Amino acid sequence: MVKTSLPREEYLISGHFACPGCGAALSMRIALKALGKKAVLSIPACCWAVIPGPFPYRNLEVPLLYTAFEVTGASVSGLSEGFKAMGEDAIVVGWAGDGGTADIGLQSLSAAVERGHDFIYVMYDNEAYMNTGIQRSSATPEYAWTTTTPVGKREFWKKGWKKDMVGIMVAHRIPYAATATPAFPEDMYRKFKKAASIKGPKFIHILSPCPPGWRFPEEKTIEVARKAVLSKVFPLYEVENGRWRVTFKPARFIPVEEYLRMQGRFRYLPEDAVRYVQETVDREWERLLRKEELSKEGPIW
Amino acid sequence: MKAVLTGNESAAWGARLSRPKIVAAYPITPQTTIVEKIADFIANGEMDATMIHVESEHSAMATCISAEATGVRTYTATSSQGLALMHEMLIWAAGARLPIVMSVVNRAFAPPWSIWSDHMDTVAERDTGWLQFYAENNQETLDSVILAYRIAEDRDVLLPAMVTEEAFILSHTVEPVEIPDQGAVDDYLPPLDLPHRLRPGEPVGYGSLMMPDQYMEIRYRMARAMRRARRVEEKAYEDFWDTFGRLYAPVEEYKMDGADVALVIMGSIASTAKDVVDSLRERGRKVGLLRIRTFRPFPAEEVRKALSSMDAVAVLDRSYTFGHLGALATEVRSALYGSSPPIKNYIVGLGGRDVRVRDLEWIVSDIEKVAKEGLDREITWVNLRGGEE
Ligand SMILES: Cc1ncc(C[n+]2csc(CCOP(=O)(O)OP(=O)(O)O)c2C)c(N)n1
Repeated sequence: MVKTSLPREEYLISGHFACPGCGAALSMRIALKALGKKAVLSIPACCWAVIPGPFPYRNLEVPLLYTAFEVTGASVSGLSEGFKAMGEDAIVVGWAGDGGTADIGLQSLSAAVERGHDFIYVMYDNEAYMNTGIQRSSATPEYAWTTTTPVGKREFWKKGWKKDMVGIMVAHRIPYAATATPAFPEDMYRKFKKAASIKGPKFIHILSPCPPGWRFPEEKTIEVARKAVLSKVFPLYEVENGRWRVTFKPARFIPVEEYLRMQGRFRYLPEDAVRYVQETVDREWERLLRKEELSKEGPIW
Repeated sequence: MKAVLTGNESAAWGARLSRPKIVAAYPITPQTTIVEKIADFIANGEMDATMIHVESEHSAMATCISAEATGVRTYTATSSQGLALMHEMLIWAAGARLPIVMSVVNRAFAPPWSIWSDHMDTVAERDTGWLQFYAENNQETLDSVILAYRIAEDRDVLLPAMVTEEAFILSHTVEPVEIPDQGAVDDYLPPLDLPHRLRPGEPVGYGSLMMPDQYMEIRYRMARAMRRARRVEEKAYEDFWDTFGRLYAPVEEYKMDGADVALVIMGSIASTAKDVVDSLRERGRKVGLLRIRTFRPFPAEEVRKALSSMDAVAVLDRSYTFGHLGALATEVRSALYGSSPPIKNYIVGLGGRDVRVRDLEWIVSDIEKVAKEGLDREITWVNLRGGEE
């Protein structure tokens, strides 16, 4: 057993409504350990709007404002300026899914980051609209089966590479952006701590495995997330004021196939597709390392 | 202090005097000059507020909602397409019981593009749970912002409120306006004390999933708040009269004593109609005017009292709800149910078409005919090129 250095305090208490093995519930638990009592959450329509439980239940030890699907960026702006006006010391956290962030909420998020309010925006990315039953989003990876990209006789799987949200955020010259996953809890914890210490908008992209949506057994969540990192599918890095830093460099990589084949959503994948994914993640990893190297000389936005 | 102000400057002054801490708005003609004026006030240190330059009206309302949830007073303004874009968040603001106040400069919908006045935009938001006040002139545009905060923020109400003024007819037209004294406004309108405000360290959740065995009661409470707003509104007008010496009412009766027929009108057309009523009265015609200021909550009792003894009633709608009658006509008819004189609906002034003295005179003649001969048709479009089918 590996001991972690995370604090014992729990802000996600027992009795949540998430599916067994939910990566998003685990992520919230770790995030709140880092943020503590001062956190105030804004949560739009997504799985996490259900996870705290129906009225009058509540499994969070921090205040929570439920909002509409596409307004998290606007909501954290209002909360942040509102608390400032009220003289309250709060850490404002927007906590949205990939659909609520990369699709319908992108406009209000972009505007909030451009204006520069003080908040942490978390995209917990389960790579589809899970709350409504596994429909594709722009964060769904290429070749994934979803209920709206079914594998039929004429049409099959999601087309096009996944949208790069951290890249989009960095293009806004955001003070801090990072990727994280619950398979690396200390890395995630540290990134939330750091985000909380920086003024202005912060963006954290969490890869959040979803057993029913990705079609893998519920006890494999951590393994799937770990393999995403080890296969270069989801590198762990952070971008602070344009300085790129890879926060975990595996001593040994695994082939993407190992990651893909664990999940039923990639069940139909032909060999050439696996090859294409491998080539793409290899190239992206090299690009990331180059950005890390180059940004030592000056910010790369 | 007396000043010569446009309707939009009046709205901005109403906001300034009400001391909102957060203003989030997005430009749209003809609302823009409200926000520009507020930006000037803030830039000159005359208003202690933060302006959040949102990227859409949807976000304007969403930002106001979240800011207001922390307990600060918020303000926004919009028109037409912008209001329609807000629709989802209007429902949210009311459901979250946040007493946000918004000025709406009534403007017609596209297509075809029009920047001119009609009431279609705000009438389409009738059912969102917002209080709605329709101003007749610039003074009322200013006063109504202050009144709206006072009514909306009352613990018995806690619903958002919109104050409307018509595009250009009021928004860009100057009138002499009395700007109330800040001290008097501060006495009249105490700081917002939101009972359900969010605070760090106090774990609550607002807006969570609710099961069918509880949801209906939440909606009933909103309905009850709307009903209670009637009483709160009366008191707000009484105190306003005592403090500022200007009298408002949910419905304004103009020369209704001894009238046989009545015009029912919202907004600025009432000003022209008052002149028409005056001159027709001088010529012995028994016509009166009922101006509806408060459309939500609808003052059904006052309307019934004022109209049930008429020989006929002409309801003018500067909007149309496709498929039946204009919205005001529908409301008036339902208010008069059981004791109703003939009611005829006149659709007027869409997309900024002028409602002229002679149009109103024709309406009076027409409704007098209805009073004598009975209803020829339920609804007619006034001053329509080529006439109706
Ligand atoms: C305006 C609007 N459109 C659609 C929906 C329906 N809806 C609710 S949650 C959801 C999917 C959310 O997906 P995502 O943001 O990826 O979060 P997840 O459910 O995967 O956690 C959708 C489409 C809604 N609530 N509001």
